[in-house]
Amino acid sequence: MTAPRKLLIIGGLALATWGMGYGIYYAVFVEHQTLDGLGGALATGFMRAAERRMPESQAALSDAASRSFVYVRQVDAHGHWIGLGLLLVILGIAFDRVALRKRTRFLLALALFFGSLLFPLGVLLETWNRGSGPQAIAVVGSALVIIGLCGTAWGFACADL
Amino acid sequence: MNAPDNAINDPSSAVLQQAADFAPLSPRRMLVIGGIALILAGMILGDIFAAFILHPNAGRIGAALGSATQAVAAGDPQTAGAAFAKIGGRLENRGTKVDAHAHMISFGYLALLLALLQPLVAFTEQRKKFLAQLFLLGATLLPIGVFLIHYVGLKWSPLESIGWASIFADLGGAFVLLACLAELFGLWRGVRLRVSQRSPITAADELLTDRSWSSRVLLSGGTLLILLGFLHGSYYAAASLYRNETRDSELLTAMTVNAAGKNLAVANLAVLDYGQLQGAKAVNIAAHSHVIEFGILAILVAFFQPYVFLEEKWKKIWAVMLLAGSLALPLFVLMEFRWGLLAGGLADMGGLLVICALFAMLVGIWRHTGKLDAAGGNS
Repeated sequence: MTAPRKLLIIGGLALATWGMGYGIYYAVFVEHQTLDGLGGALATGFMRAAERRMPESQAALSDAASRSFVYVRQVDAHGHWIGLGLLLVILGIAFDRVALRKRTRFLLALALFFGSLLFPLGVLLETWNRGSGPQAIAVVGSALVIIGLCGTAWGFACADL
Repeated sequence: MNAPDNAINDPSSAVLQQAADFAPLSPRRMLVIGGIALILAGMILGDIFAAFILHPNAGRIGAALGSATQAVAAGDPQTAGAAFAKIGGRLENRGTKVDAHAHMISFGYLALLLALLQPLVAFTEQRKKFLAQLFLLGATLLPIGVFLIHYVGLKWSPLESIGWASIFADLGGAFVLLACLAELFGLWRGVRLRVSQRSPITAADELLTDRSWSSRVLLSGGTLLILLGFLHGSYYAAASLYRNETRDSELLTAMTVNAAGKNLAVANLAVLDYGQLQGAKAVNIAAHSHVIEFGILAILVAFFQPYVFLEEKWKKIWAVMLLAGSLALPLFVLMEFRWGLLAGGLADMGGLLVICALFAMLVGIWRHTGKLDAAGGNS
């Protein structure tokens, strides 16, 4: 097996397994509590408003917004790790059809693997730190995946020319 | 001389070699046919869900949010709380349908991937067959269980908070997980075995060496669809995600503050805007995920083109139709926000094109099995 294929298939399987493991941990220990808290905070926001206790209502709605921010990113990270892992395995199987130089193919495989690792990681890190650092990691990760996919699509197309 | 060499020199032995790789009730045949059937069932469920359930359900959620806002204005916290309980029920109804649809399709993809990897899995044929059956049983049980959660609830359940539908869904998930772990172990054994014997890992598999027009166009087209999905996702994250989250929070505040201040006209406007915002988020996420999933589907079916026993002209037509539908559905889903039902109808047509193309490929694979079985019987 060539080095890029090995990296994509083994890396993809590892990433998908990691994503599933994180998903099981998340579903058992975090998701239900997060969703209950989110629904409860929204209902509390409206009920306190009905009682004309506006500061408490606003605090509950801010809490709901914060929980929603975290929930969206946790589910995104889980889904993207598994999805990208599966994509790496599938591309790995077909990677010998990428009609580019050996070194270019290896660089493309590296970009795809590290992009798939970093993009969901950056998204997940945003739940702990809302500064620009995690966003930068996510942007770099998605840029690497896009570059890798552009090169792979070009390589598949070159084989047809 | 090994089997592939024989196949080159003698066409009838090529058919026999194919018959051995894709024998009746072989794990690969079960996974290919079962996988495509799962994807088709998931897509049909998705089309029915989009046409008949999604929009009415969204309307009911909007109405419940409106009644919560009215209850705030009337100073009635109990009714406001009850409205949110209703919203929770509606969201569960929606969530379980989406989950059943998404899991069926994802398990179908996984089945096709496992079918591709079968020659590398180092287990006896009997054990591989058992694992394929276990996987397909779990992959069917989980979505059916999830679909029924909303209807069965806690009826006759021995547990306090988990109903029978959830129990069967979890059992299905456990079957799939067990089958996948076992396949992974078999794969590791197979790769190690081939490395120690210094034999090429995928040389003899016709599925990985096919260079037909339909296979190449599906492979390139699928990669482009995934790229398109990634570009759209990146654009959405950069341009709209954070803005929508802020707007979401602002609208909820506007509903409560204005309703409490008896300014119902503004509060109701905020409810309407909130519905529009949720719609905008939903179409963007749906377009992003569908274009990537269809890209993965195109790449996966590209590998199975040697099994599609149809005239070359028809193979090309179905490949192009699958790609056209895969592009049309997400594109018109995005346009739904501006064009309304017209775009929704066109998106459904895109989905129908993909379903028809996939069904035609399944028929082609079915015909291929007939050819192989007849050749096997004659020999």
